[in-house]
Amino acid sequence: MQQTHYLIVGASHAALSALHAIRNCDADGDVTVLTRDASLPYSPTVLPYVVSGRSEPERVFLRDADYFARLKVDYRQGAAVSKVDADRGTVALSDGSAIGFAKLLIATGAAPAVPRIPGLEQVRSHVLRTLDDAIGLRRALPRAKRVLVLGGGLIGMHAAENLVAGGAEVTVVEMQPHVLPGYFDADASGIIERSFAAKGVRLLTGERVAAFAARGEGCRATLAGGGNVEADLLLVATGVAPVTQFLEGSGIETDRGVLVDDWMHSSAENVWAAGDVAQARGFFEGGKIINGILPDAVDQGRIAGMAMAGDTGGKPYAGGVPLNTYGFFGQHAVSVGVQESALEPAGVEVRKEMDAERGKYLKIVLKDDRLAGIFGINAAFDPGIMWELILRRLDLGGVKQDFLASPQQTARALMSKTWR
Amino acid sequence: MGAFETISFKPELCDGCNDCMSACARVKAQSGDFVHSRIQIVPYEGGYELAMCRQCGDPECVLNCPAAALAKNEESGVVEWDASKCVDCLLCTLGCAYGGIAYDAPAGHVVKCDMCGGHPACVGACAPGALKHLTTARIYNEVGDLEDLFVPGLAGCQGCNTELIMRHAMRRIGPDAVVATPPGCIPGMGSVGYNGLTGTKVPVFHPLLTNTASMLTGVRRYYKRIGRDVMAVALAGDGGTADVGFQSLSGAAERGEEMLFICVDNEGYMNTGMQRSGCTPYGAWTSTTPVGERGRGKTQDAKNVPLLMVMHNCEYVATASTGFMADLYAKLDRAIQAARRGFAYLHIYSPCTTGWRFPSDQNIEVARKAVESGFVHLWEFDPRNGLRMTPEIDNPVPIIDYLEVLGKYRHLSQEQVAHIERSAAENSKFVRSLAAGASAARAGAA
Repeated sequence: MQQTHYLIVGASHAALSALHAIRNCDADGDVTVLTRDASLPYSPTVLPYVVSGRSEPERVFLRDADYFARLKVDYRQGAAVSKVDADRGTVALSDGSAIGFAKLLIATGAAPAVPRIPGLEQVRSHVLRTLDDAIGLRRALPRAKRVLVLGGGLIGMHAAENLVAGGAEVTVVEMQPHVLPGYFDADASGIIERSFAAKGVRLLTGERVAAFAARGEGCRATLAGGGNVEADLLLVATGVAPVTQFLEGSGIETDRGVLVDDWMHSSAENVWAAGDVAQARGFFEGGKIINGILPDAVDQGRIAGMAMAGDTGGKPYAGGVPLNTYGFFGQHAVSVGVQESALEPAGVEVRKEMDAERGKYLKIVLKDDRLAGIFGINAAFDPGIMWELILRRLDLGGVKQDFLASPQQTARALMSKTWR
Repeated sequence: MGAFETISFKPELCDGCNDCMSACARVKAQSGDFVHSRIQIVPYEGGYELAMCRQCGDPECVLNCPAAALAKNEESGVVEWDASKCVDCLLCTLGCAYGGIAYDAPAGHVVKCDMCGGHPACVGACAPGALKHLTTARIYNEVGDLEDLFVPGLAGCQGCNTELIMRHAMRRIGPDAVVATPPGCIPGMGSVGYNGLTGTKVPVFHPLLTNTASMLTGVRRYYKRIGRDVMAVALAGDGGTADVGFQSLSGAAERGEEMLFICVDNEGYMNTGMQRSGCTPYGAWTSTTPVGERGRGKTQDAKNVPLLMVMHNCEYVATASTGFMADLYAKLDRAIQAARRGFAYLHIYSPCTTGWRFPSDQNIEVARKAVESGFVHLWEFDPRNGLRMTPEIDNPVPIIDYLEVLGKYRHLSQEQVAHIERSAAENSKFVRSLAAGASAARAGAA
């Protein structure tokens, strides 16, 4: 049986960030990276752009083979893990082989969660999880005249934009009262929704599909609110869930994801987890959350890698802050932190400016004179500085009026003065 | 990966003219609109702050890019953006806590500083000198690859900068050298060696305090006679240079002997218990100029040995400081060249953590303050061009700021401080008058 000191399962942002951190501290320890994909590492975030043709599939790889050779890392593609035994320090691969490890990082990310809707399993549908999915969807697009997108989240809205730009007739069905729930409030989502409507996308919010039936190559969806939607192509984009099935019986504690402490350490002595698969402390709420967003995966990966390598320079996880950036039709929406509705009302202050005509929106949420959230559409501010302001719980009391009037300039000045 | 060039910003020198932003917007977007500038000056509380790319060593924006559009160039250190791969997702802007990569709405994509290929337009436009293009990384990259000619583990005091001076000077001078280390800290910390082994990888010897320059004269002449270009180098303290060593030094300089004499001036005989030397400044505590009921430190001013060497019309004379390494290196290079033609003298001001009594992590700061306060002056001289002040000092500070950080001046009375200020002003006036004279002479010749 092959034996390795560090075993990393997964090869996206959390995994690569952990690998980088391990090698910064331990130049020689054996590292093996396993990925189920038969390719070099890529980001799931880039997949919608592969579908649209903006990114060439052969140019999206985050590292080349030379990188792993230089770092003396055994990068094994097409290697899916089927079972983990933390006590014995082994993983079983789906090809029947096994690998022994001293320290394991689970960075398997998340996979599309397909809802249970009668008939859905019997109709032809697409999901967007792998590079192959993206390439397949891209090939299918030109043939599709009518497209149904199930889910108005990031993946669904990206796809809808690309599809309508390609000339298709697009319908989006979203269960929540507005699109991109969780990141934007109804007003902000309204601006986004109006852009889509203006481009001819039919948005059915607060709506569910009750049943699917096959119609030739395509399908027919019966809506819960009455009526039908016919489509040649169905994309299911109703969210994702951590990939943890292979951990059953491993001895590693899971809830929705792998439960980790502030060092990304799981319940098993020799196992860590990071990225979309990890369930870690939330910054605002008491419990543990899955904060499935790329920059957080990078952070968590670094923390896990440093902890695994015994790097004494590591700092514990500050807690997950909801973050997002979303581009649509050349416009930009950015969300950093939480909405006022997620906070205890005492000490909460909200400043909101909106110019729906010109598609401009800015909302700042303060709690006890500290930044809790900032949300913008076509508004200029530096998301990374805002995230840091939240994490540092910087008291904005002295500059509150300046900050509310000119968040970008004030935050830049605070950064320049404070971060040294 | 080596060290990289960088742009530094001193907010206290910024006057908010925004010429840097104009220059950047013009060069990068052929526009006068500051929105395109990759350097952003922000007025704040009466001063100015800065947002721009730090070209991080371990850039978070690169790790945050899902499309492999950002990468750190291993040669230049610049974090480079590839427009053909960027998908405009703005996730890089979430990764940067410095506002160093930001969305340029009119351009329709993120923009960031690319250092203008090594000639940053913003720095060139900054009249007050708040922005500086620091190229000292060159020193590390060049000298880092040269062989260290000393053994590891020299036994200097904690925080001593003499080891830095010795190692770097000899790396640059190279292995074709014979080194003389007269009694002092330099042989004392182990460079001459122990138990029959030397502490260097080149021939080293331990002359008397009195005859360093005489012995090097013979060494250089002998090798020259047998046809070898071997550099004769002295690594001496100020005692061995300015006091009993001065007779042979003066003689060799007057004869124009070909050698490089480096004086590491820590203002006293620090190796033997911190006695005063001819280079100990007025008012300083030493073990032989004690502070007690009557004694208030040294009662005479230091002699200005480097100016005495100018009066010998040496091939090259310069004063340098480890607070200004780029300048020190430039002078070291010129001294090495000059030592093949005649007498080269390099006087390096070297704060002594033990003898001057200050925290061991403050050596370079103290060295910098000595220069910025005008307590010592940096300049260079050669017979063709005369004397010129270099580098010019950006941040002059009052002498009291320098005196305050040193234990050896803790007892000073106001009268003594006034004396020191007067002496420094006279020294400054004198050396600047030489520089002005040389400048006028050069202008006349042209």
